Amino acid sequence: MAEHYKPFKYMPWEMSLEERFQEYHPPYSEREAVLESNRCLYCHDAPCMVACPTTIDIPTFIRKISTGNVKGSAKTILESNLMGASCSRVCPVEVLCEGACVLQHDHKPITIGRLQRYAMDYANERNIDFFKKGEPNGFKVAVIGAGPAGLSCAGELAKRGFDVTVLEKREWGGGLDTYGIVVFREPVEVSLKEVTMIEKLGVEFKFNVEVGKDVTFEDLVKQYDSIFVSVGLGAVPEMSIPGEELQGVYDGLAFIEETKIMPLKDIKYGNRVCVIGAGNTGIDCATIARRLGSERVSIIYRRSEAEMPAYHFEYQFAMNEGVSFMFLTQPVEVVGENGQVKALKCIRMDLGQPDASGRRSPVEVAGSEFEIPCDMVIKAIGQKKLTPITDKLGEFGVKLIKGYIEVDNATNRTHHPKIYAGGDCIRSKGEASTVMAVEDGKIAANGIHVALCGEKAHKVPALTSKM
Amino acid sequence: MANLEIDFCGIKSPNPFWLASAPPTNSGYQVQKAFDQGWGGVVWKTIGAPVMNVCNRYGTMDYKGTKIIGLNNVELISDRPIDVNLREIAETKKLFPKNTVICSVMVESKKEAWQEIIKRAEQTGCDGFELNFGCPHGMSERGMGSAMGQVPEYTCMVTEWVMDVATIPVIVKLTPNITDIVQPARAAIKGRGSALSLINTINSIIGVDIDTFEIRPNVGGKGGHGGYAGPAVKPIALHLLSAVGADPEVQRSGVPISGMGGIETWRDAVEFMLLGATSVQVCTAVMHWGFRIVEDMIDGMSNWMDERGFESPHDFIGKSLPRISHFGDFDLGFQSVARIDHNKCINCNLCYVACNDAAHQCIDLKNVQLKNIGNGEGKLMPVVREEDCVGCDLCSTVCPVDDCISMVEIETGRPHVTWNELSQKRPEITQDWGKMEEYRKEIGLHIH
Repeated sequence: MAEHYKPFKYMPWEMSLEERFQEYHPPYSEREAVLESNRCLYCHDAPCMVACPTTIDIPTFIRKISTGNVKGSAKTILESNLMGASCSRVCPVEVLCEGACVLQHDHKPITIGRLQRYAMDYANERNIDFFKKGEPNGFKVAVIGAGPAGLSCAGELAKRGFDVTVLEKREWGGGLDTYGIVVFREPVEVSLKEVTMIEKLGVEFKFNVEVGKDVTFEDLVKQYDSIFVSVGLGAVPEMSIPGEELQGVYDGLAFIEETKIMPLKDIKYGNRVCVIGAGNTGIDCATIARRLGSERVSIIYRRSEAEMPAYHFEYQFAMNEGVSFMFLTQPVEVVGENGQVKALKCIRMDLGQPDASGRRSPVEVAGSEFEIPCDMVIKAIGQKKLTPITDKLGEFGVKLIKGYIEVDNATNRTHHPKIYAGGDCIRSKGEASTVMAVEDGKIAANGIHVALCGEKAHKVPALTSKM
Repeated sequence: MANLEIDFCGIKSPNPFWLASAPPTNSGYQVQKAFDQGWGGVVWKTIGAPVMNVCNRYGTMDYKGTKIIGLNNVELISDRPIDVNLREIAETKKLFPKNTVICSVMVESKKEAWQEIIKRAEQTGCDGFELNFGCPHGMSERGMGSAMGQVPEYTCMVTEWVMDVATIPVIVKLTPNITDIVQPARAAIKGRGSALSLINTINSIIGVDIDTFEIRPNVGGKGGHGGYAGPAVKPIALHLLSAVGADPEVQRSGVPISGMGGIETWRDAVEFMLLGATSVQVCTAVMHWGFRIVEDMIDGMSNWMDERGFESPHDFIGKSLPRISHFGDFDLGFQSVARIDHNKCINCNLCYVACNDAAHQCIDLKNVQLKNIGNGEGKLMPVVREEDCVGCDLCSTVCPVDDCISMVEIETGRPHVTWNELSQKRPEITQDWGKMEEYRKEIGLHIH
C-alpha cells in the first residue's frame, strides 16, 4: 500500500457504516496532484508505460496534470484505456506501473494510480465527452458480456464506425467492476459511468439478455459480422467438503456484490468469520466483514504466505484491518448445528515438493485436525468456468485450453473466424484483472477491424481518436 | 479543437509554438523530428561567422530539489559550416512546406557580409530571417550579437542593410542586457525590420563551487559570464515584452513580436501572447524534456481556447496589454485587506511571522473558537487586524494552503485618485511631508 494509505481505525462507534465504506484513498486535492505530478521525471520510453498492459502514456498524462491541462490528461488516459477510471482504482499498480517507476530505487515511486484517478474524476465531474462514434462502416458486431473487456471492445469498435450491440445477462454493465470489487475500492457509480460513456458512443446495450437462453448463438453468428465473447467466469466452485450446504456458508463474490447493490445495513454478516482462500476476493471478503462489524475474521489458506495469490499490498491492507491469517491450514468440514454453521474443521499442512505450477504442494499433517468456532464461512477459492457457454462455443469449432477459450494472441480470434474472445474467460495464464481485460478488448477490436476492413484499417484516422 | 494557426507578418504557421535559435535547432535531423512532433516553426541555430566551441557549456540553477529552473550557457552560434546548414534548411523546408523555418543570421559588422549571407540564405526557401543581435557571450567580444543590439544606431544600420536585399520578413532579436529595451526596438523599426523577437539570454554567472572555488560551468579551470535562460527568467521576459509591446511607436508600426524567455508550458505561452506575442519560442524546456512537450502545449492551449470561445490565437493576442500601466496611474484609493479562512488554516503561522517581521504588524495570534472543531476551548490562530492591514498581500503569498488567505477589496470612502492626478491638482502634497500628513488626515488614511 502506498504511503498515503491511512490505516483504517476499527472504531465503529466513531464512524457510520456509510463512512466505513467510503473509498479508502481520499481523492487528491489540486495541490497534492500538482506537487506529485511535478515529482515525475517525465522519462523517455518510460518503464511505467511499458509495464501498463494498455500502454497508457503515463509520463504525458502526468505532465498534463502538472501544466493544468487536466482535461487533456484525461484524454491521454482514455485514448489507451477507456476504463481508465476503474483501472485507476483497481489496478495492482504496485506490481505494474508504480512497481516499474524509476524513482522507486532512490525514493518513492510516483503515485500513478491516484494521479490517474484525479484526472478521471476531473473529467467525470464535468461530464466531458472525449470521443464520438466513427463514420458508420456498415459492419455489425455483437459483444457478449458488458464487463471491462466487452466495454473496451465495444467502445473501440464504435469509435471506428462499427454498429455494436452488447448483450448482458445482468441488470447492469461493468462486470466485476460493478459487482465484484468491494465498494471501498471502487464505488459502483464509477463503473456505471463507464457504461454510460460507451453507450454515448452509440453502442446499443441489451441488459437482462442471456445468450443461450434469450437468444441463440446460432442467430448471433448469422446476424452479426463478428462476435466478441467476454462472458467472464462463474460463481465460486464447491469445496467438496461435508457441511458446505449449511446456512451461513457464502459465495465470496455474492458477498462482495451485496456491498455494491444493497443498503449496507441490510447485509448479513457473522461475528466470527472464516474466509477460505487468500486471493483478491478473499481479501475483499475479509475486509468487508471487518468493516461491517465482524469481530473475528480469519483467512484460511492451505499453503504459506509465499504462495498466496493476493498481492503483498492487499495482505498488508487486510492485516491493517485486523484480519488474521491462518496459513498451511486446510478446511476439511463445515461443522453445523441445527442447519447452521458452528465451526470450521481444519487440518494443519506442511509444504512438500513443488508441483507442476512450481509451487510447493501442501501435505496434510496427520492427526492435526482442529475446529475454529465460527458462524459464517465465506468461500473465495476462485471461479467456475461457464461450461454451458464454452460447450456451446465448442459446437462452432472454438477450442479451449484448461477450460478457458483459446485465442490467437495478436488478434484474440478464436478458432472460429467470426468469433473473438477476451477477459477472464481466456485467462488460461497470467493474472485476471480489469486492465488485462481492457487490453483484450482493444486487441480484439483491432483484430475485428483489420479482418473486416482490411490491413489498411490500422491507419484509419479514427484510431488516433483526435476530435 | 481550436485552430491554432497564426499569421506572423505574412508567414502562416500551423501553431504559435516555435523552437528558438539554439541547440535544439542545430540540424535538419533535429528540426524535422521537431516538426514531426508538432512544433509549428523553428528559428534555425544562428549561422554566420566561423567559431569554435568549448566544454563545459552549461550551468544550471537548481532549486530545492527541482532541476533547471534556470540554465546558463556559453555555447556559440552554429559550429557547422554555412553550406551544410543552408543545404539542410532547404531540405527541411521542402519536406515541411507548411511549417515555419526562420533562418537566424549573425556576421561581422560589414554591409557586404550581411547582404551576401542574406542573399545566399534566401535561396533555401526559408520563410524569414532573424537577426541575432542578442548573443551575450563569445560573439559579443568580437563585435557581434549583443554588441550590435546594445547600440540602437548599429541595430538600425544593420537592419537597413538587410532590408535592402531581403525579400522575405526579417525579425530583429533583441537583447535584454540593456537599460531600456524600447530603444533598440524602435531602432529596428526605424531600420524597417518586419518584426521583433525577445528576449535573448541574460548575462549571468551561474555559480561558484565552494569546495574548489571554480566558476560554473568550469571551462578547464576558468569560467565567465554566459547567457541565462529557463523558467527563472520568465518574469523579466514578460516585462521586456510588455515594455516593447506597449510602446506607442512599436504599436504604430504594427510589427508582430515573437516572445520568448522561460516558456515551458502552454500556460506560459498564453501569458506571453496576452502581452502581445504572436508566436512564442522555446529552448530550455526542450533541452530538459525533449520535443515531445509540444503535444501538451498544443492540447492545453486549444482546450483553454475552447473553454473561452476563442477561435484563433489572434482573438486573444495582446488582450492584457492595455492593462500595462505605470505606477503614477495606479488608483491610490484601491484598498484590499487580508482575510484568513480559519477552517482552512493549518496553523503554520508563516503569515504571522511574515507580517510581523517583514510587513506592517497587523496579524495577531489570538484564541479562535472554531465551529464544530475542538472541544470548545479554541486555539491560537493568526487573525488580521483589518483596520491596520495595508493590503500588501505578503501574507497570502507565503500561505501554503490554497484559498486560505484571500485579499478582499473594500471600499474605504477614500478618493480614487492617482499619484499623477494628485501631483497635478495638489502638488504640495507630493512634495511636503507636512502637507502629506494633513492630506492623509483629510481622507482618513492612518499608517501606524
